[in-house]
Amino acid sequence: MTPVLQWALPVALVMLALAMGCALIRVLIGPSAQDRVLALDCMALNGMLLMLVLGLHYGSKNYFEAALLLALLSFVGTMAMAKFLLRGEVIE
Amino acid sequence: MSPHAALPLWLQVLVAVLVLLGAGLALLGSLGLLRLRTFFERVHAPSIIATMGCWCIVHATVLYFSFTDGQLALHAILIAVFVAITVPVSTIFLMRAALFRARQTGKRVPRSLSAPPGSRKKSA
Repeated sequence: MTPVLQWALPVALVMLALAMGCALIRVLIGPSAQDRVLALDCMALNGMLLMLVLGLHYGSKNYFEAALLLALLSFVGTMAMAKFLLRGEVIE
Repeated sequence: MSPHAALPLWLQVLVAVLVLLGAGLALLGSLGLLRLRTFFERVHAPSIIATMGCWCIVHATVLYFSFTDGQLALHAILIAVFVAITVPVSTIFLMRAALFRARQTGKRVPRSLSAPPGSRKKSA
């Protein structure tokens, strides 16, 4: 049987890693603070998708918790940083 | 040797197409984040990752684990629902912060509509 998934999943992993690299470049060169926050959010989203594809690659369900945790923490972090940019403090 | 050598071919092709489509859309959104010019153009680019890319990879996960376990494995839908709820909220907050900072530095952006009328008259 042709190993379709054995070829497709590493290719998808490489594509997601390239996407994370693009977001990392935007974090490093981003002219303003909100660009860096947006790029960090995008990078966390790419990392979450990378975790899901890794779980498919190894046939393991344990990566699902890591992906969920990454999504949750990236939301909290992005909200805190956006709030800081908006008000100058996180909790009023 | 591999955990997915025993799966039927149509399932392998379906999962591979969904995963490659999702990864390609993630790459597309990140490239847009890299090469668009202003912040208000760039803020639209990653939303394609949060919608289409995320849903494609989540559906691939649901299909794969439903067949390997022999029962419906809907736990990955939780991630997509969570992302669909949280990403618009954080994007709106980021855009409001960017508008606020652009007004502070005197850029030409639209005025705030939520400010009370007295303060708007005073600032105008």
